[in-house]
Amino acid sequence: MTARDPAPAPGSRGVVWLGAPSFPDAARIALGDTRLRANLKRATATIRDKRVAVASELDDWEDLRDAAAAIKNRTARHLDHYLVRLEESVTAAGGTVHWACDAAEANRIVTALVQATGEREVVKVKSMATQEIGLNEHLADAGITAYETDLAELIVQLGDDRPSHILVPAIHKNRTEIRDLFTAEMGRWGQPAPENLGDDPRELAEAARRHLREKFLTAKVAVSGANFAVADTGTVVVVESEGNGRMCLTLPETLITVMGIEKVIPTWSDLEVFLQLLPRSSTGERMNPYTSTWTGTTDGDGPTEFHLVLLDNGRTDTLADEVGRQALACIRCSACLNVCPVFERTGGHAYGSVYPGPIGAVLTPQLVGIEQAASLPFASTLCGACYDACPVKINIPEVLAHLRAEAVEAKRTANRLPTAEAVAMKAAGKVLDSPRLLAAAQKAAALGGRAVARDGRIGRLPGPLRGWSDTRDTPAPPVESFRTWWRKNKEGER
Amino acid sequence: MNSRDAILGRIRTALADVPAGEQPHDVPVPRHYRRSHAEPGEDTVALFAERVADYRATVTRTDRAGLSAAIAAALTLRGVEQLALPGGFPVELLPAGRWQWHTEPLDIPGLDALDGALTLAAAGIAVTGTLVLDTGPGQGRRALTLVPDYHLCVVRADRIAADVPEALARLDPTLPLTFVSGPSATSDIELDRVEGVHGPRTLDVIIVDPALPEQP
Ligand code: SF4
Repeated sequence: MTARDPAPAPGSRGVVWLGAPSFPDAARIALGDTRLRANLKRATATIRDKRVAVASELDDWEDLRDAAAAIKNRTARHLDHYLVRLEESVTAAGGTVHWACDAAEANRIVTALVQATGEREVVKVKSMATQEIGLNEHLADAGITAYETDLAELIVQLGDDRPSHILVPAIHKNRTEIRDLFTAEMGRWGQPAPENLGDDPRELAEAARRHLREKFLTAKVAVSGANFAVADTGTVVVVESEGNGRMCLTLPETLITVMGIEKVIPTWSDLEVFLQLLPRSSTGERMNPYTSTWTGTTDGDGPTEFHLVLLDNGRTDTLADEVGRQALACIRCSACLNVCPVFERTGGHAYGSVYPGPIGAVLTPQLVGIEQAASLPFASTLCGACYDACPVKINIPEVLAHLRAEAVEAKRTANRLPTAEAVAMKAAGKVLDSPRLLAAAQKAAALGGRAVARDGRIGRLPGPLRGWSDTRDTPAPPVESFRTWWRKNKEGER
Repeated sequence: MNSRDAILGRIRTALADVPAGEQPHDVPVPRHYRRSHAEPGEDTVALFAERVADYRATVTRTDRAGLSAAIAAALTLRGVEQLALPGGFPVELLPAGRWQWHTEPLDIPGLDALDGALTLAAAGIAVTGTLVLDTGPGQGRRALTLVPDYHLCVVRADRIAADVPEALARLDPTLPLTFVSGPSATSDIELDRVEGVHGPRTLDVIIVDPALPEQP
C-alpha cells in the first residue's frame, strides 16, 4: 500500500473506509440536512413502490428467493471448488485470471495491466468492487485517468463526491445541483456541457452522452465489475441500464474485470433465478435495459484481451463467520436500502463506506474488522424490512444482532471493563434469547414507541430495550416488526 | 505462497464447519419456482409485443409477405438512411428505396457516422419483453447495435421464449450475448426515467409470423 492510498484506516484491509465520523455523529449531521432528507424520501418511496409492483407480478416470488438463497449457500459452502472451476473455464475461453488477497494487491495488478497496454486512460463501468479498493485514486497516483461512465458515477466523480446509494449513487443530488456541476466541471474532463444547460433530466442525460461519447469511441482499456460469473462456463455477466456498460465491454481492446470472490455462481442455468430477481428488486423493472454476458474473448468481436481479477479483501474472513457469511450472498440490488427507515433519514454517506444501508451495516464491519466500524451494526432498528425485501433472503437483523454482540465484546476486551453498552447488550441479549421476555419487551416497545415517538422518532425505549435507545435516537419501528422478525427467524430453530 | 493458494487456503480454513465429505450437490437447491410466468395457453407472442411496448419501444407484427414494407415504414418514420447491415441478414427482405446498407468491415468512427442498424435477434423473452442478440447470422458484432443511435430489430415469432429460464436454456453462453429490454435508459437523476443515454435511443421491433425461412 502506498502512502497516498485513500484514507486507509489503521489496520483496515483496504476497504474504502473513509475515516468518517462514527455512524451516530454522521447521522446527526445528515438529519439536519432537510434537502437531503426530502430527496431521499421521495426517491426511496418511488423505487419501493415499483419494486413491490413488479415483484408481486410473480406469484412464486418466495420460491425464487428460496432458490437464490440456496444457490448462494451452495456456492459459499464450496467456494474453493467453484473458484477453481471458474478459473479453468475462463482460462480455457481465452481469459486470464488473477488472484488478489487485498485491495493493495488488486490495485497493483490492475495498474500493471493498464501500464502494459501503454495507455494513460481507462473507461469504467460502475463497480462496487473497484470503489471498495479505491482503484481510481490508485490509478491516478500512477498517472492513469479513470473515467466513470455510469451517469450517477459521473456526477459523483465530477463533484469529487462520494456515492451514497448502491444503485443510484448520486441520489443525494437534485437536478439543479447536477446541472450546476455539469456546467462547472465537464470541461475540465473533456467535452464541456452545452451552453445554457437546463436542469431537465433529459437534457442532463444528453449532456452526459455527448461528454462521454469521445471517450467510449477512443478508449483502449476498460475496467468493469461483475454481477455474476458462471463457474461452469466462465461466463461473466454485467447488468446495467444506460449502455455505458456495453460500450466499455465491447469497444476497447483490453477489458479488466474486478470481481469479489463471492460473485461466482455454479451454472449457467442458475442465472435464470438471479436475472428474474435482480432487476425487479433493484430498479423495479421486469428486466433492466441491458445485460451483457461474455465468455473469455471472441475473435472479431470485442476486447482481444480479458483479465479477471478475483478479489478477497476481507471476504474469506467474512466467510469464516457462520452467522455473518450470509452477507456474502448479496447481489447488490439495494432493495434493503430503500426500505430502511434509518437509511431514508440519514442517507448513504453516514455509513462511511461504499456499502451503505442495512447491507453496509453487516458487510462493512465484517470486511474491515468489527473494531474499525463498531457503530455500524447499531445503525438499524432491527425492524426486519430489509430481510423481507432481500431477494436472496439475507437475514440482516440476525447478522446485525450477532455483530452487535461482537462489537460490544471487542470494546469490552479493549477496555477490560464493562461499558454501559455492554451491560445494555447483555440485558438485550437475554431478551433476544427468550421469546417470552422478547414478546413482553416488544409489546412495551410498541406501546412505548407509539407513546413517545415524535415526528416518527423514538427518543427512548421502555423496559429492557432501553439500553440501546439511551445511546441513540431511533426511528420508530413498525409496530409488529420485531416480533414478526423473531417469529420467522428464531422460533423455528427451537 | 502465491495469492491464489493463500485465498483458497483461507477459504478452506473458513469453511471448517462444512463436513469434509460434503459435495456441492449435497447442498439442496429447491427449485419450486415456475419455468414460466406466462399463463398456460397464453399467446406468448402477444405478451412479448405488449411487454416490449411497455419499455416505450415500438412493436409491429407482420408476416413474411409484409416484412419489407414494415421495415420500410419504420425506417421512413424514423428518418434514418445510413444503416449498418450485419452479415447473414436475408438481403431479399430489404426494401427498395433510398436506404444505404453498410456492411462489414466497419470501424468505430464509421459506425458512429451511421444512423442506425437493422438486425435479426437470437431470441425473445415474452414475460420480460427482452430481445437477445448472440452475434449469430443477421445480428453482427455487438458494436453494430450499440454505436448507432437507432436499432431496428426483426425477431421471428418462433424464437420468442415464454420466460427467462426457457430463453437461457436455448442460448449458447459461449457466444457474447446482449439482452435488450427497451431503449437505453437511466433513472439516475431524481429517479426520473429518461430513455436514451449511451446505447441506441430508439428501439423498434418487428415480429415476423409465420416464421422467416431458417437463417443460414
Ligand atoms: S442485502 Fe439483499 S436487499 Fe440488500 S442489496 Fe444485498 S441482495 Fe439486495
